[in-house]
Amino acid sequence: MSSVDIVEIEKIQEETPTIRSLFFEWGKKFKAGQFVMIWIPGVDEVPMAISKEDFDFITVKKRGDATETLHEMEPGQKIGVRGPYGNGYDIKREKILIVTGGCGGASLMEAVHFAEDKDIEVVTCLGAKTEEELLFRDRFSDMTELRVATDDGSAGHHGFVTDLAKKVICEEDIDLVLTCGPEIMMKKVFEICVARDIQIQASLERYMKCGIGICDSCTIDGKQVCLDGPVFTGDELKEMDEFGKFERTKEGRLVEL
Amino acid sequence: MTSLGSKSFGFEFDPPLILASGILDQTAESMERLIRGGMGGVVTKSIGMKARGGHSNPTVVELDTGLLNAMGLPNPGIDSYIEELVALKSKAKNTPLIGSIFASDPHDFAFLAEKMVLNGADIVELNLSCPHAEGYGASIASEPDLMAEVIEEVKSTIDEPILAKLPPSSLIAEKAKVAEKSGADGIVCINTVKAMAINFETRTPILGNKVGGYSGPGIKPIGLRCVFEVYSATEIPIIGCGGITTGRDALEYLSAGASAVQVGTAIRSRGKEAPQKIADEMKELMERERISDLSEVIGKAHECAVK
Repeated sequence: MSSVDIVEIEKIQEETPTIRSLFFEWGKKFKAGQFVMIWIPGVDEVPMAISKEDFDFITVKKRGDATETLHEMEPGQKIGVRGPYGNGYDIKREKILIVTGGCGGASLMEAVHFAEDKDIEVVTCLGAKTEEELLFRDRFSDMTELRVATDDGSAGHHGFVTDLAKKVICEEDIDLVLTCGPEIMMKKVFEICVARDIQIQASLERYMKCGIGICDSCTIDGKQVCLDGPVFTGDELKEMDEFGKFERTKEGRLVEL
Repeated sequence: MTSLGSKSFGFEFDPPLILASGILDQTAESMERLIRGGMGGVVTKSIGMKARGGHSNPTVVELDTGLLNAMGLPNPGIDSYIEELVALKSKAKNTPLIGSIFASDPHDFAFLAEKMVLNGADIVELNLSCPHAEGYGASIASEPDLMAEVIEEVKSTIDEPILAKLPPSSLIAEKAKVAEKSGADGIVCINTVKAMAINFETRTPILGNKVGGYSGPGIKPIGLRCVFEVYSATEIPIIGCGGITTGRDALEYLSAGASAVQVGTAIRSRGKEAPQKIADEMKELMERERISDLSEVIGKAHECAVK
């Protein structure tokens, strides 16, 4: 049983022009890759990856009513948190490659913290449309070996982050790949890993309502992203016909991604 | 040999545990997974004429004694849902499939019922009881004449059995009698109990819709009472629903008069293997009481003899 906890926003950090982190004192234990349901009283409730530094924090990209509201909120205001939910990453390898883009870093920051604690070597391939949209560039470069790609070439490799990932996988001895970001990117990373028989875990996102595995909204090929995921292994992804192709709407209709 | 088979409306429910509407029943794969987990039947998500997104989040609140939900009848619409039904039917040929439908008038109910049975539903469940969707669900059962018209219209449209799912009420026996007289082949009781949750720190109702339906162990005594009263008032089979979490809960419902029971919230507390666990517990309790067949259980709480 996990009832909603009310927390006060302690501080806010603008990460990029469209992404910000909200810090609060929640205090519950969670695993890298797990998520919480964030309640904005009177507005909505949305799933968010959770991380911890001096405070617990969520990292939010502006893309709808709920996230717009989170982008307008100020320290001192209250939000609800329930969870943690989902399975999280399973990290037992010696050298990890992280491949991320968009707001995917939000799910991976705790994995980076975990790896740092356990002296696990991490290479990160971080992508964005432009330099200013690179999420957690400083954090990743402080704690991991960072490679950057941008669509417009304003920083790092001019092109896809998956090009960088492929190069790293070919040239270095990677035991495990963790990925979170746009699904098309993750699908590409998955294909690269399958071709080279490398372990991969991907954190998926689907429209979510209950967060506790009963409403069937976030289901992908019979698996609930909120309960069986959000992190799926390469073997599980191989069994999914909808991965990288289809998602379900709020009404439950299957539509192309 | 202890048998958990129970026959109603010409279908065998073995075990007599049926997935309740609204729980993991939007996709064929999820329903199939629960059949593999031991369900003896499944009820689909309540399906309407058109795609509907449902209420805004939060749609669920976890409580010590169960769950509150205000999903608001989200569904892809009957034309889109048919694909799930057909896919499920092809994979689960031996499990009775019950198509749940909601509408605001008799004509739409009949249209949906026909689509359901044409595409694989063996039985149709009329949602006359959802407590949090204005104009639908419980709004129908609250008007006995409208409820009667709905059931009569569906009855004259399809040959397959029709179940009337009723809301908990002090008048449930009267409503069940109306449903029986109008042509219902069975009564499902109960749906969730209209309820709400308020957060003190923000002085705000938590559910997006403010009010929702309460399910889980906390409502079991209400469901038992409803089944007990409906059993006395009608002759048609009853499917019990409300807080069935263990084998003992299921057997209590059968003793009250249910021929089978629906399981929903227990999937949250006990996982997708909940039906298998409940069935094992039923067998164990029956063996302890030297009962080999459910006919020795169903309705026996009405005889009240000293054992």
